[in-house]
Amino acid sequence: MHAETGFRESAAQALGDPQIRANFRRAMDGLMAKRAAQFPDPADLQALRSLGTAIRARSLLKLPELLEQLEASCLRNGIQVHWARTCEEGNELILGLLRARGATRLVKGKSMVSEEMGLNHFLEEHGVEALESDLGEYIIQLDQETPSHIIMPAIHKNKTQIARQFSQKIKDAKYTEDVDELTALARKVLRRKFLEADAGLSGVNFAVADTGTLCLVENEGNGRMSTHVPALHIAVMGLEKVVETLEDVAPLYALLTRSATGQAVSTYLNLVRGPRGPGELDGPREVHLVILDNGRSRIYADPQLRATLRCIRCGACMNHCPVYTRVGGHAYQAVYPGPIGKILTPQMEGVGVRHELLHGSSLCGACSEVCPVEIPIPEIIVRLRREATHRDPGSSVEGRGTGRTATEDLAWRVWAAVLSRPGAYRFAAWCATRFRNLIPGGLPLLKAWTLARGKPVPARRSLQERVREEGIPHG
Amino acid sequence: MADARATILESLRAGGGGEPVPLPSTEVLAARAWPPAERVARLRRGMEAVHTEFLEAVPGQWPSVVLGFCRDQGFPNLLYGPASSAGKALASAWTPRDPELIPYREPVETFKAALFEDVAAGFTTALAGVAETGGLLLEPGPEEPRLLSLVPPVHIALLLASTIEDTLWSAVRHRGWGRGAARNSLLISGPSKTADIEQTLAYGVHGPRRLVVVLVDNL
Ligand code: SF4
Repeated sequence: MHAETGFRESAAQALGDPQIRANFRRAMDGLMAKRAAQFPDPADLQALRSLGTAIRARSLLKLPELLEQLEASCLRNGIQVHWARTCEEGNELILGLLRARGATRLVKGKSMVSEEMGLNHFLEEHGVEALESDLGEYIIQLDQETPSHIIMPAIHKNKTQIARQFSQKIKDAKYTEDVDELTALARKVLRRKFLEADAGLSGVNFAVADTGTLCLVENEGNGRMSTHVPALHIAVMGLEKVVETLEDVAPLYALLTRSATGQAVSTYLNLVRGPRGPGELDGPREVHLVILDNGRSRIYADPQLRATLRCIRCGACMNHCPVYTRVGGHAYQAVYPGPIGKILTPQMEGVGVRHELLHGSSLCGACSEVCPVEIPIPEIIVRLRREATHRDPGSSVEGRGTGRTATEDLAWRVWAAVLSRPGAYRFAAWCATRFRNLIPGGLPLLKAWTLARGKPVPARRSLQERVREEGIPHG
Repeated sequence: MADARATILESLRAGGGGEPVPLPSTEVLAARAWPPAERVARLRRGMEAVHTEFLEAVPGQWPSVVLGFCRDQGFPNLLYGPASSAGKALASAWTPRDPELIPYREPVETFKAALFEDVAAGFTTALAGVAETGGLLLEPGPEEPRLLSLVPPVHIALLLASTIEDTLWSAVRHRGWGRGAARNSLLISGPSKTADIEQTLAYGVHGPRRLVVVLVDNL
């Protein structure tokens, strides 16, 4: 699914598409303004961020213990817990749960982990209808697309595109560009699906170790529908989502909704603590929690890279990224786009394969400035850029050193050879200054530079020559 | 997969460790506190900003306020939890000429189609409110099932002004919201909404289109 040379080409393509640029520009400007309005007091924001950062860092420090505690608390509450090392294992596990209960119709709340697993595709191949019920996810599923943003998956589309799509793909739908009518149309279709579904699947925003509570944040109510209406509820989470206590959730929740969409509070914060209890008339009969690793334990092992796992998936980094706002989410050809994706994807899939993503950054620092849990994204980008081309012993980064190209390798060898031999250096400097205009702009490495810029031309005389000519005393 | 569990935990343990993180200060949260009347005003402001509607009542009179509202709106019926104390009070105010009062007393499996298709509004109690951001805390359960506040197109919720907490954090900390035995706890700030189509807000995408709070002034 992920092409080795994807980002460069798809970014160039996106830049040439005025519709994509306009859709993203408008949406991201709005989100930035709304977030800013939610944090009028810098001191208050900083206090909250420090608290959020400390909570996440502390949770990670105790991660293995907290996961065990979460498991024990969930079991006590009647939630069954499953572990998956890889996406394949997770998919099989979920299919097994569905098959054992004869479930063929699954409604899904929004879950980036299930995107990571390619779950929908896997289930469809095995005869299970996996229907996205978040409106944004539903819109892109109709077009067989992937999300272009982790919070607003259909942000790349405008209402004319959606109107056209609904009128073509939903039975008996009339063409309308009225947002209320489009929403009502989706409501009608999806309500029937909730009513008929055998099982529901959700993500998890925070999992509380001491109470065994799964916290779900949403505005639409489709998450509640998916987790409360069908007889079976399966929740999937990355193993980093655990926090220690329910008190920890309140500040993280405040940071999440404000950073994500500029809302002080979401419509729903849903705490799931178990299946239908004695005397209850509704709610699922069974609740299962699938805890996924997929490379996270490897990221965890590196003290610097571990900060990546603090992420609460608010999407603020992408909303503020000058690259993301211009190329949009699909250009990254990755489940997680934008700054967080730039550091997460290469760590999950290997820096060798996805090192191109690491260069789609201006290192301006906007992402880390807005990140509610203070992840030093630019520092991690720089670190991973090095990992991509070096095989440092002791590093646990997947695919390290494999991003080095033969041309780059040769260039550095020549560079090292020239710089370590005074005679060679002098000769090279002489050639560069004398044949300065003759150096072809189309040389490998230079070519990428000259695509959008003038060719760098060396000075007429090297510094050493000028120093000598002008008789400046030097050591 | 026992194997997976052991492997994952083992690799986390092997890669773990690091500097202990100092316990974070929660002063920034504790500082958010207001007198009771201010809490009511804040809650209203926050919830009205996201399209929640308010009806006011004095203690003892709220069932007639609910009834009057249902009549005015022309609702054919109202679904409620007959075993809750609010449910009992509500039922005693109702007369056979009023909109049908439907008790939620069957398991959802036998009641699902009617619940999705025939119910006009659902009534629940709010356990408490949250002043800072505006919101209702609910703990659905045997007396007031989970879907009462979700499936009907209108959700009417009863809130006593004296139960409003300063923040979500203080509600968890002081009141133990979400820490008890309830299998489901819920914060609701408004009607179901989405901005997934071109960032334009639309209400009632999956859950209730309207949230109506009956605010009882018992301060
Ligand atoms: S890295 Fe920070 S800003 Fe980006 S999604 Fe994660 S928490 Fe939000």
